[in-house]
Amino acid sequence: MDLFEYQARDLFAKHGVPVLAGEVIDTPEAAREATERLGGKSVVKAQVKVGGRGKAGGVKLAATPDEAVARATDILGMDIKGHTVHKVMIAETAPEIVEEYYVSYLLDRTNRTFLAMASVAGGMDIEEVAATTPEKLAKVPVNANEGVSIEKAREIVALAQFPAEVAEKVAEVLVTLWKTFVAEDALLVEVNPLAKVASGEVIALDGKVSLDENAEFRQPSHEELVDKAAANPLEAAAKEKGLNYVKLDGEVGIIGNGAGLVMSTLDVVAYAGENHGGVKPANFLDIGGGASAAVMANGLEIILGDPDVKSVFVNVFGGITACDEVANGIVQALQLLKDKGEEVTKPLVVRLDGNNAELGRKILSDANHPLVQRVDTMDGAADKAAELAAAAK
Amino acid sequence: MAIFLNKDSKVIVQGMTGATGMKHTKLMLADGTNIVGGVNPRKAGTSVDFDGTEVPVFGSVAEAMEKTGANVSVLFVPPAFAKAAVVEAIDAEIPLAVVITEGIAVHDSAAFWAYAGAKGNKTRIIGPNCPGLITPGQSNAGIIPGDITKPGKIGLVSKSGTLTYQMMYELRDIGFTSCVGIGGDPVIGTTHIDALEAFEADPETELIVMIGEIGGDAEERAADFIKANVTKPVVGYVAGFTAPEGKTMGHAGAIVSGSSGTAQAKKEALEAAGVKVGKTPTETAKLAREILSKA
Repeated sequence: MDLFEYQARDLFAKHGVPVLAGEVIDTPEAAREATERLGGKSVVKAQVKVGGRGKAGGVKLAATPDEAVARATDILGMDIKGHTVHKVMIAETAPEIVEEYYVSYLLDRTNRTFLAMASVAGGMDIEEVAATTPEKLAKVPVNANEGVSIEKAREIVALAQFPAEVAEKVAEVLVTLWKTFVAEDALLVEVNPLAKVASGEVIALDGKVSLDENAEFRQPSHEELVDKAAANPLEAAAKEKGLNYVKLDGEVGIIGNGAGLVMSTLDVVAYAGENHGGVKPANFLDIGGGASAAVMANGLEIILGDPDVKSVFVNVFGGITACDEVANGIVQALQLLKDKGEEVTKPLVVRLDGNNAELGRKILSDANHPLVQRVDTMDGAADKAAELAAAAK
Repeated sequence: MAIFLNKDSKVIVQGMTGATGMKHTKLMLADGTNIVGGVNPRKAGTSVDFDGTEVPVFGSVAEAMEKTGANVSVLFVPPAFAKAAVVEAIDAEIPLAVVITEGIAVHDSAAFWAYAGAKGNKTRIIGPNCPGLITPGQSNAGIIPGDITKPGKIGLVSKSGTLTYQMMYELRDIGFTSCVGIGGDPVIGTTHIDALEAFEADPETELIVMIGEIGGDAEERAADFIKANVTKPVVGYVAGFTAPEGKTMGHAGAIVSGSSGTAQAKKEALEAAGVKVGKTPTETAKLAREILSKA
């Protein structure tokens, strides 16, 4: 889960990374009081989870509380690369900036360890620094069990060739930033820029944090950081039902068991769609191994709630759960929805394969539901689902 | 022959007495797995009856190994306790730990992976978030259905559970030496490369099927490895061509970040290494069949 800048700032502050004062607001009028609290001037910063907001006009100085209201009025509602600004941070104006640096920790999947990155060439896109002047970006592996002590931090600072007068201060930031990384179960903590100001202090002026959703069990406070307003309503409803759902922009609703099989199903439907007017998968939905009637009904409910869906492809491989149980689950789910007054009205293509496939297929045939079609191969069923979606378009 | 697991493997189950552990221990026994014990410090000294097979419960992995000669542990321990359980397995120096648990925080996986390294990598870790591995007709360590395929000459390595099953089933007439589900998390123990290396060395494996998915660069590195080290034919499949950027597709590790981790890049890397890559699982199975019929 990627955080907004203000949320990153709050986490940095909590763990001792030096930041400027700031608060988040969502109405222009609130900018006045917030700016007054900061002594009468502020920086108004759009809160969007995308880079390049400065260039887009999403960061403005305000010399007075009135000006802050005017700037917040401009920025709230602005569109930055497809992201609408719903919140702005009213931040303390930075003292005179002398230099801009970059520091981060992230997961290095390739080497299955953590990585510290540091550069004296901060303030710009670090991927550009890495591509054009890789010698200016120090990358230091960090062992998960050893972490970043002040000694380790000094080693990183030395490798990145920070100027002597800020070396110790940057090392201290690296230690507190590591604390943030570990304590918050982050996948990424990035400070860019880490500014050296006229007084000689270093301050985190902007930052990015991405959190590990698998750590939610021990990070109850992270629930509050979820941007519920931005979540797709179908995705939010699916999450509430404990379903793994991602909304896509096509017409063929997809239900399957197992993440890999569902990803593969999306691809196979997209290929089939090439022969049927370019129809595409409408979603990713993994109902897991069990595929009981209740879970299947929940899944169908979410998919049929998507007005873009024209046909549904249920693709199940019976492994531990045999196909006859899955077929019974589908039949019961259809009845469950009917009883709730949410009868299925869109064509359903079902492919069952694996354990007890014959028995499962027979159950579906015997149920003889007018909208359910059985196709026994994955590629064939995808083709049928795409054809039906194209016909209903 | 087989890789990592065979009829002589003596298997213990960490988390055997929980609901999932009980269910799958029963299934593993039914597949002929030699399960010699469970581990639960609170139930040490008791035993569990699985349809007439008494499986003793030990207080620790070390004790179970000492008393039974166990050399494989399968872990069904909930995410909050998984790191401690894997560390215990590493401390006991059990040769193989199969971590089925889904939803382990990445700081925990990175920690136990680093710990295994610091202890000299005496324990091979498979997973986490994986279905385990099966050597059909000999032993099954995990949750892979045991009755959808038979022993044969194909080696299979996959990030995904259900795609593993799909492929095992599509090619059930030819059969498999071993099928290894390495898991869909960002940090995993055994990689595609480890399995490819083992299949290359296994005299009974004649062809390798490798299934990948979006996220990370494991498939690209496997392609480099194949080019340099694998002489047996390899057939590949990659899932997630239609996955949007920045969205996690079910598996914690299945995410395209910017331009990295795309299915297209993985497919191209594999093809450049001489791997035949199927467009769909069925087409992939067909490619494997064609190569074997010519051999």
